[in-house]
Amino acid sequence: MKKTPSKKHSEKTAPKEDFKTFAFSKENEEKIPEILKRYPEGRQASAILPLFELAQRQCGGWLPGSAIEKITEMLGLPIIRGYEVATFYTMFNLKPVGKYHLQICGTTPCMLRGSEDLKRVCKRFLGIECGETTEDGLFTLNEVECIGACVNAPVVQINDDYYEDLSEKSFLNILDNLSEGREAKPGSAISRQGSAPLKKEQS
Amino acid sequence: MIKENDRIFTNLYGIEDWRLKGAKKRGDWDNTKNLIQQGQAWIIQEVMTSCLRGRGGAGFPTGRKWSFMPKDDGVTPRYLIINADESEPGTCKDRDILRFEPHKLVEGALLSGFAIGAHTGYVYIRGEFYREAEHLEAAINEAYEAGLLGKNAANSGWDFDLYVHRGAGAYICGEETALLESLEGRKGMPRLKPPFPAVVGLYGCPTIINNVETIAVVPTILRRGGAWFAGIGTSDSTGTKIYCISGHVNTPCNVEEEMGIPLKELIEKYGGGVRGGWDNLLAVIPGGSSVPLLPKNICETVLMDFASLAQVKSALGTAGIIVMDKSTDIVRAIARLSKFYMHESCGQCTPCREGTGWMWRMLTRLADGIGTVEDIDRLEEVTYEVEGHTICALGDAAAWPVQGLIRHFRSEIERRLNVQQVA
Repeated sequence: MKKTPSKKHSEKTAPKEDFKTFAFSKENEEKIPEILKRYPEGRQASAILPLFELAQRQCGGWLPGSAIEKITEMLGLPIIRGYEVATFYTMFNLKPVGKYHLQICGTTPCMLRGSEDLKRVCKRFLGIECGETTEDGLFTLNEVECIGACVNAPVVQINDDYYEDLSEKSFLNILDNLSEGREAKPGSAISRQGSAPLKKEQS
Repeated sequence: MIKENDRIFTNLYGIEDWRLKGAKKRGDWDNTKNLIQQGQAWIIQEVMTSCLRGRGGAGFPTGRKWSFMPKDDGVTPRYLIINADESEPGTCKDRDILRFEPHKLVEGALLSGFAIGAHTGYVYIRGEFYREAEHLEAAINEAYEAGLLGKNAANSGWDFDLYVHRGAGAYICGEETALLESLEGRKGMPRLKPPFPAVVGLYGCPTIINNVETIAVVPTILRRGGAWFAGIGTSDSTGTKIYCISGHVNTPCNVEEEMGIPLKELIEKYGGGVRGGWDNLLAVIPGGSSVPLLPKNICETVLMDFASLAQVKSALGTAGIIVMDKSTDIVRAIARLSKFYMHESCGQCTPCREGTGWMWRMLTRLADGIGTVEDIDRLEEVTYEVEGHTICALGDAAAWPVQGLIRHFRSEIERRLNVQQVA
């Protein structure tokens, strides 16, 4: 692993696009009627979470204020309601995040199996601590609460995927792959089948 | 010990195909029409006979919950909601059902929806379970294409639609009324009960909210009979249960076993034993982070069922077993749980909003040996001020692990205070 740690900086990387105004892409625009249809007539406010999620995905992993306001207005709700919801749920990132959002589960079952070591790997290899983004905008690190894969601890969620049964070495390997533009295979790092106990010959 | 042919979740580990074709091979969707044609009363009666208790943590009898639905007036819609907001630390059983046995859940939704008179169901799945939601959505789409959902679902004459609603990161939305608020497009802040959701639920309509595992076992109960299910386990805790064994064991895993199995047997047989041997065990949290821990001497003999665990002042909860060996800093391990509850408190009730943070700060100090013996008493007193003084049970859930720690490991906290004083 020859990569020198990139410098940390506290301000998150500014996105290239201008998010002062937000509009759904044509492709996403077409998904909206299907989302609204899931809820009864007059109950379209229910769609606020799915629509925020759609917008966040379109914006590269974060939810700008312009999107919050646009969607809230679209649903006929007061703007403050949109901000209430956006600030309540931890999955909505109100600031830009790196291309890879590393979310290390730090709750007790993962902590017992070494999640603290994984944080140190990030510090050493990427030069960032929780809440920080690498200068190249590639990685953002956060500690999150239980992500519900405790028997495969320690677990890190990277964007949509879970990386399970990690060790310092296997996590470092994942980070190295991602930083070099290669893929990193999600799931168990020790080739376990789901949540099955590791067979004797494997352990 | 479970008999091999009594296992409900035969694809728990995802070895076989999770799609419709594979699910049908395992017996799912087998003559579902016939089950529905036996009528609503029959289904509810079979579930009552099975003595199935909710698998989400509280253990409320499912049949009884269903019977709380008011009489159908033929006008007001009724809803079935499946709680897949699995976030209790130590618990990851629903995840396996969602990704490897989604058709058990979808079929269970149709049968349960019919039983309570609902034509619409929602699965509220935690947002982090993105891949799991993909599987579930694929299974639902397959079911629609095969005519098992939608108009005249499975040729039964009953119309039933099922939708996936993804959450966005909030433990509190696993609390049923917070879930309703969230599904209606608001912050997930719990509602006062009564009225209970069965009477005033989603959009003000009668609603039944059940855990994933609860709904997913319904088809098997109906096929094999409530009496079969009731014959497994103990008289107060019937059937099989998915246990999650995490922490300091040699082979952490999920496993379906009989209710009432000894904790030690689960750890030794499936968890591959405590790391460093049984004598290296310090304590176990037996039912997800919200329940008080048990020291080794209780773990020797305790059985995994609702009554046995209540007797030792803990609870079965979600059956998420967190094992801690002697290398564990037990005060810090529990302090980390306090931090979890501080993060997840919705902030609506003062005792919980202020208390969770206070308990975390206090425990962190005590873990460092800072404070006095009176601080331990004060901490314990505060846990009782939080418990029972909030709208939902999150306050209680934050208080119990701390109470358990003080009950069983007070001497360890005192030892740290003494060390610090001498130094």
